[in-house]
Amino acid sequence: MEHRRIETPKIGVFICHCGINIGGVIKVPEVVQYAKKLPNVVYAEENLYTCSSEGLSKIKEGIQEHHLDRVIVASCTPRTHESLFRATCTEVGLNKYLFEMANIRDQCSWVHMKDPEAATEKAKDLVRMAVAKASLLHPQEETEIDVIPSALVVGGGIAGITTALCLANQGFSVYIVEKEAKMGGMLRYLHKLYPTMRNASEVLNQLVNEAKASKNIEILTSSVVKEVKGFIGNFEVAIQKGDEKTVNFEVGTIIVATGATDFEPVGMYGYKKFDNVITQLQLEQLLKKGRLQNLKRVVMIQCVGSRQEGRSYCSRICCMTALKNSKLIRESYPDANIHIFYRDLQTYGQEYEKYYREVQEKGVKFIKYLPEKPPEVSLGENGKLNVNVYHSLINKQIEISADLVVLSTPLIQHEDAKELSQKLKVPLGPSGFFLEAHVKLRPVDFATDGVFVCGSAHWPADVGESISQAYGAASRASIPMSLKRLHTEALNALVDEEICSGCGLCELTCPFAAIRIEETKKGRKAKVIAASCKGCGACGAGCPQMAISMQHFTDEQLLAQIAALAEVKS
Amino acid sequence: MKFNPKILGFLCNWCSYAGADLAGISRIQYPPNLRIIRVMCTGRIDPVLPLEALANGADGVIIMGCHPGDCHYMTGNYEAERKIKMLKKLIAPLGLAERLHVEWVSASEGARFAEVVENFTNQIKVLGPSPLRQEKLDLSKWEGIQAAKEAVEDFRLRALVARERKIIEEGNVYGEEISQEEFDRKMDDALTAEYIRNRIYLILEKEPTSIKQLSKRLNLSSKHVLDHVVLLRRRGLVTVDKIEDMTPIYSVLKR
Ligand SMILES: Cc1cc2nc3c(=O)[nH]c(=O)nc-3n(C[C@H](O)[C@H](O)[C@H](O)COP(=O)(O)OP(=O)(O)OC[C@H]3O[C@@H](n4cnc5c(N)ncnc54)[C@H](O)[C@@H]3O)c2cc1C
Ligand code: SF4
Ligand code: SF4
Ligand code: FES
Repeated sequence: MEHRRIETPKIGVFICHCGINIGGVIKVPEVVQYAKKLPNVVYAEENLYTCSSEGLSKIKEGIQEHHLDRVIVASCTPRTHESLFRATCTEVGLNKYLFEMANIRDQCSWVHMKDPEAATEKAKDLVRMAVAKASLLHPQEETEIDVIPSALVVGGGIAGITTALCLANQGFSVYIVEKEAKMGGMLRYLHKLYPTMRNASEVLNQLVNEAKASKNIEILTSSVVKEVKGFIGNFEVAIQKGDEKTVNFEVGTIIVATGATDFEPVGMYGYKKFDNVITQLQLEQLLKKGRLQNLKRVVMIQCVGSRQEGRSYCSRICCMTALKNSKLIRESYPDANIHIFYRDLQTYGQEYEKYYREVQEKGVKFIKYLPEKPPEVSLGENGKLNVNVYHSLINKQIEISADLVVLSTPLIQHEDAKELSQKLKVPLGPSGFFLEAHVKLRPVDFATDGVFVCGSAHWPADVGESISQAYGAASRASIPMSLKRLHTEALNALVDEEICSGCGLCELTCPFAAIRIEETKKGRKAKVIAASCKGCGACGAGCPQMAISMQHFTDEQLLAQIAALAEVKS
Repeated sequence: MKFNPKILGFLCNWCSYAGADLAGISRIQYPPNLRIIRVMCTGRIDPVLPLEALANGADGVIIMGCHPGDCHYMTGNYEAERKIKMLKKLIAPLGLAERLHVEWVSASEGARFAEVVENFTNQIKVLGPSPLRQEKLDLSKWEGIQAAKEAVEDFRLRALVARERKIIEEGNVYGEEISQEEFDRKMDDALTAEYIRNRIYLILEKEPTSIKQLSKRLNLSSKHVLDHVVLLRRRGLVTVDKIEDMTPIYSVLKR
């Protein structure tokens, strides 16, 4: 395992400020100066945003002007940005395997914010290690694989159905896996939908019927994902349908559309203690079934269980839901007195702001409360509820009596989301929702290729947003499926037959039966089956002759990174 | 001067590297001592690599991969676990075992990632600087780690590790069942033997030496050392250089 250098590389290093994300902590100019002095580095510069079109042009110019044959970007994580930078290199004729990244944001500036000195030193080390590896990179050719033109949609709510229809209409076959006995998700329980005020059931039924009628869609209800194996283009899926036998099929892409569930505010504001304290979701059903009578005084409390310790996010749909339902109540009971207790009203966008004005004009009253002085609900002597609140705008404690108290609770993730996320090898964010690859650049992709997300599985979203995301996810998923073929990364095991002794340990180790011993003219030798090899490296890590090298993660490259560590200041 | 540990991490691309990113996205702060090398899977970790990191003066080496059952390549993390187990035994006599650590961290465990890094960093702080740091290199430990490196490159050890699961699950070539304990004992014996042989070889490589001197340097009985030397001779690695005062002096034959 000796270090081997083939030619003298010309490395260019581009160090990103990422606005203030990196530049606000790490002294980027210092890192640039440092990089310039590293072996084989012929060029280094800093960029405000290396991933912007301007930043990408700078890389291309750098390659051309300085004849760079290796490029390093020190910025965010290769999991989200490597493909973009690699594509940029390819545009000007540099093989994408001659590109390397140093993660100085996610694994440095963001996690050492209080120690800029140490973060700057660490960034230098990471750049030095990247340079050490880059010096030993080789250009690689990729092999192609077929993409199975069908998709798995997990979740049969409005988002899942929409994305499935979108793909089915393009000719792809789609499986929808829904864990409940019925399709439809949250919309099955809702009354009317803001802002159009169409019946939720109408909107839903139309789509469900379309999906059922589509010859390209197969619907599996009362079913959950049992196992997922494989990679983009060739996922092997096992579905558990009730107690029946598992159903197995192969798909090219997977879309997560599992939605969310609503938070039950047990123990808050007299919920479950007093009959007439209910949630918005329960109110929807009462309105739907026409079960509300003689409503005189209604209080709605916003942000119940959200924007607080443990559930710090805004659930985004509850303000509009409260407005919608108070509007509906006022329309049926014009003299009903409605108070909405809020912390901040999130009625973003042109349409929702207009809606808010309308509801105000309809006479619904708004009272701003402070999170440190939340309202209190108690039972009065007349059997009515009393709501006590500190009115923060008039600076006074007030009491309002109510026949009905409605709690606006947030959407939260399903308990089984974690299990699904593990099966699909995709992450959940800090609030428990499915986490996209990049908020702005890849909002419906997961970092794992071929898996996408839409609807309230990703974040509390209303129907309009869920549908836009569903279109987005369908369009992203259709790209590899339309191309039909994909390049697989050149990360295979390569056997040096001169050194291989034919011992067979690699064959024993490979979990994919991708390497096997064959009789050759030179004796027994290991052969890699390129299409089956996934590049895990297990065979290489065990070969006693060091006869196996892993493309793009060779022993020499890893050893060079390790050796670069020896120079870490301490 | 305050001790600022150098820690090297080998993280698998699919779970732990993603977990590290998530710690970043969630802005969870942790000590800045870790330098990460990304590999596709922990199964990629040739046992030589962590040893090389220690030999290069890393105060600690941490390997992080997917939870059991979650490896993107099915069994890579089990492979890694077995190899690290072997490595820890091998370097225990050098007092380095606690500087090597494996953890499973998933893509959704940003907070746990930070916690693991913090705990390991603290553990290394307690242990103090590695005796293999360049500034004050402990020569005998350095020789020891070189011998350990040679040992893990050896076919016999690699074959044992590669076959561990099969041997335990399916029995040895004679169809006899072997328990994990029995296997561990065999592995321990093989480890110690390979390690000592490599130390002998490395000493002889530097200068021709007698059995008596060897046994003194290695703190082992002459009989024990002789057994190993005999085996090394049979393997064609060691030869008698000359006879001094009726005592054979051994030296190496180039490998
Ligand atoms: C009280 C209330 C009022 C609302 N009012 C409005 C409104 O007026 N206007 C508006 O635009 N929006 C409204 N919304 C928001 C609306 O409900 C969501 O936008 C919508 O439901 C999101 O659709 P979805 O398909 O993403 O998720 P969901 O509707 O939650 O559907 C997800 C589906 O996935 C299934 N599933 C979950 N986990 C799994 C699994 N592991 N395997 C298989 N299947 C699984 C579920 O059973 C469900 O059928 C309201 C929400 C609430 C709570
Ligand atoms: S483990 Fe190495 S030496 Fe043995 S057969 Fe495989 S490639 Fe050849
Ligand atoms: S790299 Fe992994 S998948 Fe490829 S041959 Fe080696 S063990 Fe098998
Ligand atoms: S992919 Fe994470 S340990 Fe194998």
